Amino acid sequence: MASYSTNDFRSGLKVMLEGDPCSIIDNEFVKPGKGQAFNRVKLRNYKTGRVWERTFKSGESLEAADVMDRDLEYLYNDGEFWHFMEPETFEQYQADANAVGDAAKWLKEQDRCEVTLYNDSPLAVTAANFVELEIVETDPGLKGDTASGGSKPATLSTGAVVKVPLFLSQGEIIRIDTRSGEYVGRGKS
Amino acid sequence: MPAADSWRPEAGLTELRARAVLLAQLRAFFAARDILEVETPLLCSYPVTDPNVVPMTSGERWLQTSPEYAMKRLLAAGSGPIYQVCKAFRAGEAGASHNPEFTMLEWYRPGFELPQLMAEVGELMAAVLERDSYRVVSYREIFCEQLQLDPFSASDAELEACVRSHIDYRPGPEPRDLWLDLLLSHVIEPRLTTEGLLFVHDYPASQAALARLREDASGCYAERFELYVDGVELANGYCELTDAAEQRCRFEHDNQLLQARGQPPRPLDEWLLQALQSGLPMCSGVALGVDRLLQAKLGLAQLREGLSFPWERS
Repeated sequence: MASYSTNDFRSGLKVMLEGDPCSIIDNEFVKPGKGQAFNRVKLRNYKTGRVWERTFKSGESLEAADVMDRDLEYLYNDGEFWHFMEPETFEQYQADANAVGDAAKWLKEQDRCEVTLYNDSPLAVTAANFVELEIVETDPGLKGDTASGGSKPATLSTGAVVKVPLFLSQGEIIRIDTRSGEYVGRGKS
Repeated sequence: MPAADSWRPEAGLTELRARAVLLAQLRAFFAARDILEVETPLLCSYPVTDPNVVPMTSGERWLQTSPEYAMKRLLAAGSGPIYQVCKAFRAGEAGASHNPEFTMLEWYRPGFELPQLMAEVGELMAAVLERDSYRVVSYREIFCEQLQLDPFSASDAELEACVRSHIDYRPGPEPRDLWLDLLLSHVIEPRLTTEGLLFVHDYPASQAALARLREDASGCYAERFELYVDGVELANGYCELTDAAEQRCRFEHDNQLLQARGQPPRPLDEWLLQALQSGLPMCSGVALGVDRLLQAKLGLAQLREGLSFPWERS
């Protein structure tokens, strides 16, 4: 497996640290006036999600991680695993709850999402930035109340609960920003 | 195929004009003090020996990492006070405050002790940055103040423990100076961002580079200073070593360090040694990063914002 020297470090680079695949978030070159040069690096551990800051001597190297981000279609959940498919090759992947994490509450069958593969198996799943989901349960809508600015909780088809304006009712499709978990408008579909 | 707009300069017209004004201010400052502007070769027969500075090469020659050796040959030949604004090159030094090719201001003052030179650097800061207050602390004081640790009397194990309590650094054992470098660059410097102008002086003898050593009852110190502006190192000054035999020892010591790291030794600049042998006048000198000075003057977040074409596009 290839390795990267500190000179190659840049954000987004995937490397192995302590046996775990990590992504470099930030790389700062630090050199005291007449002394040794260092690289102060922020890394996100794909397995734990933790961000770690570590210092290396400039010139040190880290092994490259066999990690890649793929755009896959979400198929279904069998109760234990979430299944995804590469739309061109029909190759399928199954991800456990640990890999899917918080993305689970935004995954709708046939939606595209980003799956991070490590040694060809899913390591992390990132939902699309915007998803459209159906409201399956909420208090009855207040017709015409589009101005009061109030909100109420609504349960979506995936089980996620979000705050929505009072005028929305059960059965409607809404658009959500998955990064903030906020309602952004009515869906198009 | 590069991106369609990657031919464009990084610095805007405002920054380019500010750089031109700054260069004119520097030259006016030295002209008013009767300090002679000089030029020395960028492509040199001998490289710097400092193991922590990696010189670049071009053909048979070395690109200078600073004009120090050549300027000392001028001083030994009786030039009197001199200054130079030039390009310097250091391989691998790229980041938010580094560009491998950078502009350096270096000047030498025969007869000056280090405090006089620090005062002159302070006057230059007042002239170009319009900031006239600064603080002077010793290397020992800044460590005691920030870490409650005496960098001269603490054991290697205490220095290592202090490093590991602040940052994640795995390799070890390491030489004493590496622990000191980590504490200064990773723990102390980030706390100096609100300090304004700060001179740190009296470095450990092991970090003398080309500075003279001074010994008193409290210990042995390198007569060297660094100027920080809001936590960013801007200038490095020495009361210059003038002893040819001691200079040769330091060159050879650098080469031993390089070989211990598995790197080839570098040829010694015999012309500099001859110049010292013939007599370098007692003097103090300082090198200052002009790109960082511009960055500080304009309050730029990154050094590159003040460069016409930073490294990736040069």
